[in-house]
Amino acid sequence: MTENLNLDPNLDRPDDFYEALLNTHYGLSEDKSRDLNARLILILANHIGDMDVLKQALNAAVPPPGESSGA
Amino acid sequence: METRLRPRQNPTFDYVRSPDQSAAASAHHLVVIVGAGPVGLSMAIDLAQHGVRSVVLDDDDTVSVGSRAICYAKRTLEIWNRLGVAAPMVDKGVTWKVGRVRFGERLVYSFDLLPEEGHRMPAFVNLQQYHMEEMLVARATELDGIDLRWKNAVTGFDQTPDRAALTIDTPDEPYTLLADTVIAADGARSSLRALMGLDFEGRVFYDQFLICDIIMTADFPSERWFWFDPPFNRGQSALLHKQADNVWRLDFQIGREADPELETRTDRLVPRIRAMLGDDVAFDIEWASVYTFKCRRLDQFRHGRVLFMGDAAHQVSPFGARGANSGVQDADNLAWKLALVTKDLAPDGLLDSYDDERGRAAHENLMNSTRSTDFITPKSPISRLFRDAVLDLAEHYPFARPLVNSGRLSLPTRYDGSPLNTPDAHVFACGPAPGAPAIDAPLANGTWLLEQLGGQFVVLYFGSSDQAPPVMVVSRVPVSIVAVDPESQTAARYDGQPGTAYLIRPDQHIAGRWRAFDIKKVETAVGRAIGLEP
Repeated sequence: MTENLNLDPNLDRPDDFYEALLNTHYGLSEDKSRDLNARLILILANHIGDMDVLKQALNAAVPPPGESSGA
Repeated sequence: METRLRPRQNPTFDYVRSPDQSAAASAHHLVVIVGAGPVGLSMAIDLAQHGVRSVVLDDDDTVSVGSRAICYAKRTLEIWNRLGVAAPMVDKGVTWKVGRVRFGERLVYSFDLLPEEGHRMPAFVNLQQYHMEEMLVARATELDGIDLRWKNAVTGFDQTPDRAALTIDTPDEPYTLLADTVIAADGARSSLRALMGLDFEGRVFYDQFLICDIIMTADFPSERWFWFDPPFNRGQSALLHKQADNVWRLDFQIGREADPELETRTDRLVPRIRAMLGDDVAFDIEWASVYTFKCRRLDQFRHGRVLFMGDAAHQVSPFGARGANSGVQDADNLAWKLALVTKDLAPDGLLDSYDDERGRAAHENLMNSTRSTDFITPKSPISRLFRDAVLDLAEHYPFARPLVNSGRLSLPTRYDGSPLNTPDAHVFACGPAPGAPAIDAPLANGTWLLEQLGGQFVVLYFGSSDQAPPVMVVSRVPVSIVAVDPESQTAARYDGQPGTAYLIRPDQHIAGRWRAFDIKKVETAVGRAIGLEP
């Protein structure tokens, strides 16, 4: 049975997480932040493990046609 | 459709010379409150209802200029209801529960505060601060024991362990007052804090916001609309919120470099507002101002005979409606304690618990308002990158919606771990834990639970009234009884199985709860809640 990517709220404390995420980036150059993001994605992907779920996540992250990220 | 400036005419209150100003020796009062704003007036009313007289000094003779605080949370309305002043506010104000968040051209997220049925007060009411203050002044004036003195500006202060002394400027000559206790409710630019030389430190934010009240009869719904990066204010944020009398609050982020004088000119305001609302909307402008803000607090809210509350003690960003709301909750926390201490029914140390309990609240409010500010005004490219990604994802995926932060709206603080609490010894499936505020519910007789609790110690007992314990007096402090049917909606909200008892403080926070009424345990818990027990 294929597991589905969870796109419903699942963080216990979303505001705490968001603050911790930005604090981890605090003071880094844009290059260093980009590197940190890449490492973070790989670490989280490994934790998920399931290739079907990861494929769904990759698809979910691609913006719909005509919608640019940021305004 | 010519737009006019229609500034509101505020009422003015007469300066009345007090006999204290002609007294040979300085008059001595139990309580002097500095500041007749929302917080100082709520404190004076609460004290008066507890039978404690106060003198209230204000350096001005009117209410708030401009709408300022507009958004009052359910808990604050419940407190004002206890103070006998909520009804006109709810009647006059705008009740709302839906918020919409837009990003660029798109609606990305809507929320409904989904207020649970069966509460006396709504989730939020919007009302201009000037109306709210006028209603508080009216209530303060009808009560005995509030000596409200306009045009009385505090210019000097000193204290000994026994009393504080204030020097006061008036339209006549200056005079001096002595007080057992001084309440500093004199706002973000507190004169008392300055006279006492106290540090007021925290984060300073440099983004400027243009706030504008317009009068229009347009058919917009009573909702909170928030824009990130809207087409009419690129790279910035904007807010639209309804108030009473067809007045609408507009708030535009205008960046660090904007010139406040220029931005508040009508020839700049009108095209800005038209870009937001459309060209066919007719409106007049009541008030416009540019603000920046700071998130900071006093380290301690008690300094000897002086207790600080509201913006004088802690200052937050406006996002989340945590300023006036937390200030009124400060008054709610302190009034009953000060009343007991003043009547010599509780030790002076009870006042220290105000700093402990409301210090937690200030911490929570500062944390939340700082987080909202960081989301609304990202301080670095990476912070903007994540912010915009959250907003993009929120349009399509529910998981991202809890991360959208356009202001975490004020919820009451629970005094978890307060020394006044008696910790649970039994398991409860639900209901307010010790330290949490009591939850309202409709009663069988058509009244409301919180109205029945009133403003004194109460045992809320689940069982028939003939089985209920008798009214008690614990070390001279009266404790009344409210008996509620264990099959009622109230019981469902409190896990009120037959025999269950909650001890509720005069500010309607829970002091302790038990599965069976035991007079010894309740007496010990009352003692702890008034600072007698360790």
